[in-house]
Amino acid sequence: MSAEVELQNVSIAFGNFYAAKNVNVKIGAGEFFSFLGPSGCGKTTLLRAVSGFLEPSQGKVLIDGQDMAGIGPNKRPTSLIFQNLALFPLMSVADNIAFSLEVRGHDKVSRRERADELLDLVALNGQGDKKVHELSGGQKQRVAIARALAVEPKVLLLDEPLSALDLKLRQKMRTELRAIQQRVGITFIYITHDQGEALTMSDRVGVMNEGELEQVGSCYDVYEAPCTPFVATFVGENNAFYGKVEKVEGGKVKVQTGGSSFIGQAGLGLDKKNYKFKAGDEVIMFVRPEAISLKGSSKKAQNSFSAEIKTIEFEGNLKNIFLRSKEGVDIRFSVPSSTDTSGMAPSKNVSLSFSQDNAVVLPTGALALD
Amino acid sequence: MNSFYKKNGPVIATFFLVAIIFWLVFLIVIPQLYMLDLSFRPNLPPLLRGGPDDVYTLTHYKHFLYGSETSKDAYNYVDIGVFFDTIITAVLVTIINLCFCYPIAFYIAKLATPNTARLLVLALVIPFWINELLRSFAIRILFAGEGVINNILLELGLISTAVNFIALDIALYTGLTYAYILLMIFPLYNALETLDTNQLEAAKDLGSSTVRTHWRIVIPHAKAGIASGCTMVFMLTAGALATPVVLSSPNTYWFTQLIYQWFNMNDNWSRGSAYSIILLVVSVTFVLLMMRLFKVTIGEVVR
Amino acid sequence: MRPNLAIQAFLGLYIFIFFLYLFGPLVIMSVTAFNSAEFPAITPWECFSFRWFNEGKIAYDGQRLAGLVTDRPLHEGIVTSLIIAAGVVTLSVPIGMAAAIVLTQVNSRLRTLFYSMSIMPVLFPGVIIGISTVVLWDRIATLGGDGFISELGRNGIFLTILGQTCFISTYCFLIFVARLQRFDTTQEEAALDLGASQSQVFMKILVPYLMPAIGSSAVIAFLASFENYNTTVFSILSEQTLTTVIASKVRLGISPAISALALVIICLTLIGAFFYEISRRSNQRKKGP
Repeated sequence: MSAEVELQNVSIAFGNFYAAKNVNVKIGAGEFFSFLGPSGCGKTTLLRAVSGFLEPSQGKVLIDGQDMAGIGPNKRPTSLIFQNLALFPLMSVADNIAFSLEVRGHDKVSRRERADELLDLVALNGQGDKKVHELSGGQKQRVAIARALAVEPKVLLLDEPLSALDLKLRQKMRTELRAIQQRVGITFIYITHDQGEALTMSDRVGVMNEGELEQVGSCYDVYEAPCTPFVATFVGENNAFYGKVEKVEGGKVKVQTGGSSFIGQAGLGLDKKNYKFKAGDEVIMFVRPEAISLKGSSKKAQNSFSAEIKTIEFEGNLKNIFLRSKEGVDIRFSVPSSTDTSGMAPSKNVSLSFSQDNAVVLPTGALALD
Repeated sequence: MNSFYKKNGPVIATFFLVAIIFWLVFLIVIPQLYMLDLSFRPNLPPLLRGGPDDVYTLTHYKHFLYGSETSKDAYNYVDIGVFFDTIITAVLVTIINLCFCYPIAFYIAKLATPNTARLLVLALVIPFWINELLRSFAIRILFAGEGVINNILLELGLISTAVNFIALDIALYTGLTYAYILLMIFPLYNALETLDTNQLEAAKDLGSSTVRTHWRIVIPHAKAGIASGCTMVFMLTAGALATPVVLSSPNTYWFTQLIYQWFNMNDNWSRGSAYSIILLVVSVTFVLLMMRLFKVTIGEVVR
Repeated sequence: MRPNLAIQAFLGLYIFIFFLYLFGPLVIMSVTAFNSAEFPAITPWECFSFRWFNEGKIAYDGQRLAGLVTDRPLHEGIVTSLIIAAGVVTLSVPIGMAAAIVLTQVNSRLRTLFYSMSIMPVLFPGVIIGISTVVLWDRIATLGGDGFISELGRNGIFLTILGQTCFISTYCFLIFVARLQRFDTTQEEAALDLGASQSQVFMKILVPYLMPAIGSSAVIAFLASFENYNTTVFSILSEQTLTTVIASKVRLGISPAISALALVIICLTLIGAFFYEISRRSNQRKKGP
């Protein structure tokens, strides 16, 4: 049983400070939805509003169409997994998991049965009698998940649950979380600042910045078709060419930037329609690093420019190449490590190109800070 | 109030409210207010209270200052004398206590190894689990006419007849200092422990003598502890009853004993209340003074 | 920091004298308990005897000096002390706990006021607390006419329990405040989220966490009540507690029976300290790395 969650014009204010402004989103039943954004963007606040620890200053939180105003966290069909897990240190693992049943008055036997079921689900069989502090980080994660699932909530809320784990474990848990969600079938609302997590696990992503929901869409949409400069630069790496619109012709936008002119696509706005640009508009053209290649290596690359190599970075499976164009724009692109880069060295000039299909033009705005 | 009830649930919130109001209002505020009120009323037998004779009056406070109407003295030398005696003794005892406890507190905090420190702390605490009355009693045995100290002094030939330590108040001073050592040592120890030992070494390195190091570095740091210790010792000494009862002579009288006398022997509760208020005012004034002088807050004073 | 030799020697001597001062009187008093002489002394030493622990002696002036076992008023005093201590613990621990929890819930302006008020009783001289309790309840009793209220208002045990609770609650309060400071409040939120009612959160999460504080404040409350004199002597009216019995003995006449009593208490204290240290060490070992 899962529920759909809807936020209607939700704003949450603390005094004069708005942690969330006019957030509108509808999350479908059984969906894995992530709120992605930097620290302080308001995603934790939204989660607390959905779970019932906060009441929105304006707007409504609806679960399965029912307004949750005035309903406390213990009465909502949601379960929250805290960032610090908040496992009960004085209780055993099984007692932790069965806690929600205990407070509803279930008897000892059925509680233990259900706890064992859930331990099975999260691959912790037989660990029921251990105390919480005896477990590893990954195991504690799974106990937290099992505990939250015990009473079969319709919506599971997860507050950056993997942030305390090391890289390898995080990657493993991502897969497991996704698997658990698909097995159990309930709605997951996940918040994180790590876009790798958001993109690999979610059905859809909502990118947040300073309390506002800048874009909601599938992972592909958010990556390939960002609506705002913030989204373009927060999700993944991106090269930003600031410039002015020269002319607009048949769906393509010609942008004058620095000394060059590039042709790209107009980006999609929140209304899913292309931005309408006119000559003279201030814009940013975004090109993903992987869309840049050496001149001549791809026939479809109509835009070209040259730049001086600053540094070459080896990152395992990729080599990241950082350059600066004559106009002073910082550019990066990556090649697989197996590529022959013997011809490249710092302060050498190279000619690069990219296709106009891969260039997204957006109205100028603030980028995500590094 | 609403959010309070919401946060704790009705049952628990009611329990909290009842407990706190019972304590703060009924056990703390109201009795003191009533005692204050009573101190301004004449000493009437129970049935006449609340009647026409029950008016506000300053007779009890006047009595403290001026004595009864029948006395020929200008002031109530006896009572005022007792009062000042008590206060001055309390101040002296506090100072003696401070000087006496400071080296030990410093030693435990800074110089002793952790194990030694713990043992010393335990050794300090043990005598204080024994009732104050009994401890004072032990001092009395020591100082009695045929007590150990007199015997030793006689043996050594330092005196020819037994010294009446009790009448000389030496017993009282010793007893009072003894009584509250713990309450001076622990605040001092806590304050000194937070002092970074590196500062002491740096001072020594720069050529400072031990005395100067203490005066300029250690003592300012331990300000809060000193204030706390002195406050507690003064208050408890001024308000002490057990030790003076055991160790005072007919010459010395402690202010609390005076209060006791008005209450239980003369049955004049209003007067006893008035004298109690005087003691209370002095006590609180001292605390506030110390707080202002040493610039500490009330939370730091209480352990 | 190792001070030079002279200072070390001075400190060593100082510490020796300090502890001599601390323990000396107690040791001497303990010894006098075994001297069969009527007046507690080491010299003249009559003979070694246990009489002050047992049957006592009829003094040469005909007065009966009782030994510990035969001393009736002493036994009654002990029982009264126990009753009062039980009452004080029952009241002070919940009050201290309630006040400490509420302290964490009020806003910062109210918090300072609340904290200061909760600390106040410790700054009052004990005698004042005893007196104010008595006078207030005497008035209440008079107003209450004949009957339960007037009897209660003049009952020494009742009044002493109230008077002691006044400041002993502050001790409990401070202990709970210290324990609460390290409490992880997200646990309460997690419990609520899982469906617990507020009462369940309190009983299943907060109280188990506070158990050590409940235990230690109960012990402190008991000990503080048992050995209290200043407040008790005013509020006890016609009853007697252990401390008032001791005080009256000391005032009326000195007898080695008091030394004997002191020695018993010292031994009990030492045994208590011994067990406390043992249990602390074993807890330390249990907690492990």
